[in-house]
Formats: sequence, C-alpha cells, structure tokens
Amino acid sequence: MADISSDQVKHVANLARLAITDEEAERFTKQLSSILEYAEQLNELDTTGVEPTTHVLDLKNVLRKDEPKKTITQEEALKNAPDKKGDYFRVPSILE
Amino acid sequence: MNFETIIGLEVHVELKTASKIFSPSPNAFGAAPNTNVNPIDLGYPGVLPVLNEEAVNFAMKAAMALNCQIATDTKFDRKNYFYPDNPKAYQISQFDQPIGEHGWIEIEVGGKTKRIGITRLHLEEDAGKLTHGDDGYSLVDFNRQGTPLIEIVSEPDMRSPEEAYAYLEKLKNIIQYTGVSDCKMEEGSLRCDANLSIRPIGQEEFGVKTELKNLNSFAFVQKGLEFEEKRQEKVLLSGGEILQETRRYDEKTKETILMRVKEGSDDYRYFPEPDLVPLYIDEEWKERIRGEIPELPDKRKKRFIDELGLSEYDAANLTGAKEMADFFEATVEYGADVKQASNWLMGEISGYMNKHQKELHDLALTPESLGKMIKLIEDGTISSKIAKKVFAELVDKGGDPEKIVKEKGLVQISDEGQLKEIITGILDVNEQSIIDYKNGKDRALGFLVGQVMKQTKGQANPPMVNKILKEEMDKR
Repeated sequence: MADISSDQVKHVANLARLAITDEEAERFTKQLSSILEYAEQLNELDTTGVEPTTHVLDLKNVLRKDEPKKTITQEEALKNAPDKKGDYFRVPSILE
Repeated sequence: MNFETIIGLEVHVELKTASKIFSPSPNAFGAAPNTNVNPIDLGYPGVLPVLNEEAVNFAMKAAMALNCQIATDTKFDRKNYFYPDNPKAYQISQFDQPIGEHGWIEIEVGGKTKRIGITRLHLEEDAGKLTHGDDGYSLVDFNRQGTPLIEIVSEPDMRSPEEAYAYLEKLKNIIQYTGVSDCKMEEGSLRCDANLSIRPIGQEEFGVKTELKNLNSFAFVQKGLEFEEKRQEKVLLSGGEILQETRRYDEKTKETILMRVKEGSDDYRYFPEPDLVPLYIDEEWKERIRGEIPELPDKRKKRFIDELGLSEYDAANLTGAKEMADFFEATVEYGADVKQASNWLMGEISGYMNKHQKELHDLALTPESLGKMIKLIEDGTISSKIAKKVFAELVDKGGDPEKIVKEKGLVQISDEGQLKEIITGILDVNEQSIIDYKNGKDRALGFLVGQVMKQTKGQANPPMVNKILKEEMDKR
C-alpha cells in the first residue's frame, strides 16, 4: 500500500505553486495513492541483473556541433510577452 | 575559547563556446538585450534541447585540469524552481552523475603548499539576467539563458579567508590556462558563493554554516569571509546561536547582511531530464581531451625555473596569469634575454598596467617589440635609461624599437673618441671635482658622470663614461 499523506500533497502543490483547498488535498491524496499503488505493481518483476536506466530510449550521445545560429529577432522574441519594456521582458518585482 | 574556521566555495564558470549549451543561439557577452535568444532558450512548449558537444569537451577539460575523475556514464537532470530569470521553471543541471568528481588543486599560503579537494564539477545552463527596478517591476534579458556553465564545488578544506582567496586565484588561473573560460568576475563569467562555519578547536563536528552571496571580486570574498568569521565568533561567545542563513556582502559598509534564513533543505525535486539522452564518455573521448590540455601553471612554473633559470619568485609571478606567461615566453622567443624580459614584465610593464588599469592585450606593446628593445639594450645600442623612453613610446603607440631609436636619435654614444672629447671638456671646467675624486670622494665621480649624461641627453654609454672619466682624471 503506497503511503502518502495529505501534508505531502500540500507540500508538493506548494512547490508547484498550485493553490489547492483542503478538500482537494484529501481527494488528490486518495488519487495519488492509487496511482502509486498501480505503479508499484512493477515491483513484482524480478529485476535481478538488469542495469538501472534513466531513459526509456536506447540512445546515447545525441550531440550538436558548436555552431552559432541566430533564429529569431529581438522583436519576435518579445512579441508574445505578456509584458515588456524597451528591449526587455518585464515581470513583477521579485525583491520586496 | 578559540575557534577554527571552515570554508567551502562554490564557483560557477561560464564556458566560452560559440553557441549555447542546448540551443544554437550565439553565446556572447555584451549583446543588445534579448537578441541572442531562440524558442529553446525562451522555454517555448514543444522545443527540444540538443547538447553542444563542445560544452562537454570544455567541462571535461576543466575537470581534468582540476585533477577530477571523469564520469563514464553521465546524464542531465532537472532542477525545479520558480524564478523569472528561468523561463522553463527548471534548470537543466546534473545531480547524481556529475562530469567530474574527487579533484584537487594545490594552493600556497605563507610559504606552505596545501591541497584543497574538489568534491565535484558539473555541467549546467546559466539563467537570464534580471535588472530590478524601483517601480515594482524587474526587467529580464535572456541572452545569458542557456550559456554553458560549470559549477565547481570545493571540499570544506579551507581554514582561513586567505586560503579561500588563494584557492580562487589558483582555480581561475588553471581554468584560464585551459582556455575554456575568460573567468572575468566583472563580466560574471566567474561567480563565487562561499560557505563558512566555525567550531571550537578540537571539536570534530562542523558548526552551522552561513552562505555568502553577492561577492563581486576575490578581494570581497576574502573581506566578506573575514567579517563573517568574526561575526560568528561574537555570536557564539555571547551565548548565541548561528542560524543557517544566506547573507550578502555589502561593499560600502564592509559587512555581511542577512538576506534570508534557510528553513529545511531546498526541495528542487531533481529528476532525470527526459528531453536529453544519457551521455557516455568512453576512454577514447577522454584521452582525446586529455591530449588537448595545455601545460598548466604549476608545470610551467617548474619549467621556467628548471629550463629558463628563473627564480622561484619570478617564475611564480610570471605564471600567475596565462596572458603574462605567454607574453613572457613569446618575448624570449624573439631573442630577448630571459632575466631582462622577466624584469621588464614584472617591473615597468606591470607598473604601467596597474597605473592605467590595463591588461596586457590593451597595450600597443607586443612580445616582438619588447624582444627587439631588449636586444637593443643587450647589444649596447641603447642604455637602460634610454630604453625607458623607447618603452614609453612602444607601450602607447607601438612600433619598431629600432626605428624609434633612429628617428628620435636615441642611439647610445659608444664612440670612444667622441666620448673622450666630451669628457675632456667637462673635466676642464670641473677642476674641484677632480681634486675631490683624488681625495677619495666617490660622490665626485657620480657628479661628473651626471654632467656627461646631461650633455649627451642620457645617451652616453655609462660603463664607457665611467672608464674614460677615471682614465682621464688619472692622467691629470
């Protein structure tokens, strides 16, 4: 049985900057627990002698040559910004 | 109670590849804001990072130069955090498989050599640059976003701010030698955070550490740490308790100021970066990079002593910065005398650079012109005194020393007949000095040499003047 607490859910939500209510935290705790439980079925597999992997593709060393290329202009870069000022993106101040 | 200081440093160094680590945008300092960006740097949905091979080469080179063991199986991880300098809300970094581990460098403090361990060196991407306004907004320039960065974490092996300073100098020097970064603190291509704790002498476990940020020069690192060790001592001696804090160094008040108290450990929820496949560095790749590492400062210093016959002091000074050592060696290759080249670089030239706040590459002087000038001194064409005039011209405007000497009529007068004539004339009107000289007053000789130099505008060959003066006076 996957053990996950409502506090853990609230902590993770906070880290992800998600505002959730207590009721939601309860509901997500149940849902996340059952997801973890489902995934735990994998533990039934015998993985003795199997190398751990960090990636699902059987690929390695996909590399690019060090060649600089300009793709978009400053105007294009700033075009979709919700807020900008002169040459810059503008964001609410993060220093009090 | 006496305390022992424990210092560990975290240094970030930007790698000077032509393009960024995960996108082909140009990696350049000083461009107009938001001009060297593309959708990958800006974190647009659906884009995929592709690793720049050169960034891996450079990180390996730095790691090897710092005596690290190089990973064979390595990968990238996501470090999740929200901050407006980071458009993806995560930084691609390395968590549990850094490119380099278990390295060390040697520093020298107070005549003693000490080895400082390097825990790890990993590769990551730099973030954008924020400018904080006072109108409730901050401005973001993403040109720096995606610049390849290496983070070098030291062991807590330093025991004084002075050792921390020496470590930084050495680290910078080694990395500059490898050519993977300029390490310019004023441009942010080298940045440093410092951790300091103190413990009663004899105590095994570490005290609570504070982290210093906003250290804009090596001197400020040292000063900030000096303030911090005294501050912690005062707190502990007055029965207080050190909190795990982040503090910044204020250059004006010369104090460290509390930024925030850390509660619990940071929770970055690292996980393997699914957009990048693992990196496998085989022996062949490692050996290829190892072969590209140039001679490093310690080895070069030893060679300057053993092969060029320089003193320990001169060799240490000349190899303290790669640019200086390169300039010196090139000057010697142009035929300059080793000792002369070393003296000029550490004397006149360093003096000029300090006075005018310039670097070697800012000067019009080249190794070729310095070499030629030294040869003119060596073969007696000009005196050392005249050389200073030639140097003043070379350092500002450059040019060919031989030409300058000819055009300005600075050639040394070494013609015995010509000198004898001048000296005879001077002796004729300075009879008292001859008497004084004969009475054993050395000052009289100095006075007469001065007169000859004055009349020849400093161009008379000094040893010859001395010799002829004595001969002529003995005749009288």
